[in-house]
Amino acid sequence: MSRRPGFVLEVDKSTPPTLFWNGEGFTLETLPEGSRVIYAPEPMKALDDPYGAIRHALLHPVGDRDPLPALLHAGMKLTICFDDISLPLPPMESPDIRQMVIETVLDMAADAGVDDVMLIAALALHRRMTEDELRHALGDRVYDAFAPHGLLTQHDAEDPDNLIFLGQTEAGEDIEINKRAATSDLLIYVNINLVAMDGGHKSVATGLASYRSLRHHHNPQTMQHSRSFMDAPASELHSSNWRMGRFIAEAGVKIFQIETTLNTDTFPSSFAFLQKREWEWNVRDRATYAATSKSLRAAPPRLARQIFHSIESPHAMTSVQAGEVEAVHAITTENVWKQQGVDVQGQTDILTLGLPYICPYNVNSIMNPILVACLGLGYFFNLYRGKPLVRQGGVLILRHPTRPEFHPGHHPSYIDFYEQVLTQTVDPVAIHKQFEESFATDPWYIHLYRTGHAYHGVHPFYMWYWCAHALEHLGRVIIVGGDPKAVRRLGFSPASSLNDALELASDVVGPSPTLTHLHAPPIMMADVH
Amino acid sequence: MASSSSSSSSFSSSVGDRAQGLAARARSVRFPLAAPSWPTAVERPDPERKIGLDYDHEWSRRYPVRLARAVFMDNITRPLARVLAPPTVRGLEHLRHLDGPVIFAANHASHIDTPLLLTTLPVELRHHTVVAAASDYFFDRKWKSIMWSFALAAIPIERSKVNRRSADTAVELIKDGWNLVIFPEGGRSPDGWTQPFHPASAAYLAHRTGRPVIPVFLHGTRHVLPKTPEDSGLPPGGSGTESRRGGRLRRAPISVLFGAPLSLDEGENTRRFSGRVEAAVATLAREVDGDWWQARRSVSAVDPVEGAETAHLGPEAPAWRRSWALDGRPSDRGHTSWPE
Repeated sequence: MSRRPGFVLEVDKSTPPTLFWNGEGFTLETLPEGSRVIYAPEPMKALDDPYGAIRHALLHPVGDRDPLPALLHAGMKLTICFDDISLPLPPMESPDIRQMVIETVLDMAADAGVDDVMLIAALALHRRMTEDELRHALGDRVYDAFAPHGLLTQHDAEDPDNLIFLGQTEAGEDIEINKRAATSDLLIYVNINLVAMDGGHKSVATGLASYRSLRHHHNPQTMQHSRSFMDAPASELHSSNWRMGRFIAEAGVKIFQIETTLNTDTFPSSFAFLQKREWEWNVRDRATYAATSKSLRAAPPRLARQIFHSIESPHAMTSVQAGEVEAVHAITTENVWKQQGVDVQGQTDILTLGLPYICPYNVNSIMNPILVACLGLGYFFNLYRGKPLVRQGGVLILRHPTRPEFHPGHHPSYIDFYEQVLTQTVDPVAIHKQFEESFATDPWYIHLYRTGHAYHGVHPFYMWYWCAHALEHLGRVIIVGGDPKAVRRLGFSPASSLNDALELASDVVGPSPTLTHLHAPPIMMADVH
Repeated sequence: MASSSSSSSSFSSSVGDRAQGLAARARSVRFPLAAPSWPTAVERPDPERKIGLDYDHEWSRRYPVRLARAVFMDNITRPLARVLAPPTVRGLEHLRHLDGPVIFAANHASHIDTPLLLTTLPVELRHHTVVAAASDYFFDRKWKSIMWSFALAAIPIERSKVNRRSADTAVELIKDGWNLVIFPEGGRSPDGWTQPFHPASAAYLAHRTGRPVIPVFLHGTRHVLPKTPEDSGLPPGGSGTESRRGGRLRRAPISVLFGAPLSLDEGENTRRFSGRVEAAVATLAREVDGDWWQARRSVSAVDPVEGAETAHLGPEAPAWRRSWALDGRPSDRGHTSWPE
């Protein structure tokens, strides 16, 4: 049977209740008649022979690049950089795509007699990965060959000895990136494109950059002018990264980009119902839903979190392309859209979202309130091309427990951001002006970032800036089922039920609003006409 | 007395209330405990057919299932059948020296025919026999498909039209060494009289496999489990005088008669062979009330196809006369099943 495309359902009397994610759990909500529910396209068929496809891509690059073996030679300095733990979501079943690509690249490098090879996790200001996480991403064979010799490292955006300032773009943006990568004869970047935002020049210009570089596009102004940042041509975030990427190329950094796309086969078969349309749930789906939702509600949040974070996704590779950055990324973006695009006619007054337990910044960690805001207003709100799903001045209703819980090891600066910054203001521009620099340069946060597994001190600011476009666009944000105090701290309105939320929303959008629910994950992109 | 009556009525009313409460609770079960409703705007796809002809019955012939079926049939079905329908079995000698699988072609008057026939087969055949059962009746629900596949080793066949797929399945099983029970009339008799045999049934399978056909006549089974009024085509309601006793088991003696194996003659077509099988069943029918020789003499063996034996099909007369001729007066019952 052929793959079914995305689908917009109009809710009627016969529509069964709709699944909403609710953090480490889920619930069923009855939506008002006439509401729309957007369902993701079904997963694309995976590549039959991923290793063969990778090899083919390396031997037949696109754009102005020679086949990889022609670029490799004895005596050269080769650096292989790869995306960090934030991709894909949830982490994929072994073998990870990074492992498959890097093993193939290393085979070719070994054949060419390349001795000086270094692997770098392109973290930017994210937390460092643990050994287990690195082993999962790269496989034991790669890890054991490189890590013991200090040849597997993680980008340190605060290491002055291993950063290089390349200059400024025509827009005055500083470019400071990883020195080893920039000074190599060849920089190979291994990417996973989970969403259209990923990849392209952003891989190097962001993943290997320092705060000095990142601040030029990770700020409220850029994010407010990225509409959306999932749509590169309409995204100021991408314009800035593209300027930087071209500057880096002109500065002589030779990049061989390898990009991969995934299908949306997001959850293992034991959670098959999460990817199905509710009216197609069979007896097993209903039994699984009833059993898991009930037991998860009874389980302590910590246990529920552990259960969910142990899920490995059966994601499979749908395409791989290699060569010059922009030529590669054009194909990648097209493939992402093929998998995730859904046509939607017109905007809505109210957009509802059920937020899951995971976002790019809490893998094996806790989804704190700032990340809840970032996931809802940053990521999900921006899953559009053309116009936002919700109209200007409309209401966004999220469902998530939003507990004021933080991982002290991973998110230390988030705690202070929550307690010291959000208590003063929730305006991204004001926050940027008043507080960013002190957090970004705080020696304690820098120490934790460099030596522990902490996100950089400035990272919670970026998460808040991620929400800037939505905050400017929306009339109100309501979180259903969230901790009222935490929700108010974020500047949003708490509601105990969806009906209460709709009642609250009517103050903003009137008594007979239109409502649309984005049935994600799995991830989809709304092409709003 | 009054208090006992009032307590019994209060007991029955409380039971009734409880039953109503349970029924109301059952009705109030909603999705996800109950099956989801289907949105009006969404077109229903054709259900993935896994019942009827598409039912995968291969499991029912695996060794553990065969063993379980044998235990079930020998210890439950067979004793029950003996009590419910004490059989007179004749012609078992025809089954003693069979070499390889055979096709049992029987007349069909009741749903109880299959278990009664199976339980009278010798043990070496009984547990290695599959039954061709109507896919639209025995395999129209998943639970029925499972039940009949297990209990009777039933396989689904299309009875309303010739279907190559169901025929191929039967042929494969026969070639694989399984005996097959088939009812060439294609369904139960509407009035007790035998219907003409379909040539595309036992005769066709014999032609495809080269295996012999054993004619079988079952007598009296329609009294054990008559057709329901709905099965008999009676409209609901009606005048109130129709028999509504169908569909219920009743104790009655039966006879099962096996004939000699019949094989296709060289150059014989299936239509002609089917006629021969039908005539052999008719001969067996006459043996119920007499002996083989009498029966044999009364059935023309000169040309089995060209109308030599049609008495088993009943008189061409209105329904009441056909019934009258079939069952006769109570005093004549013993002689009227297959009138002269």
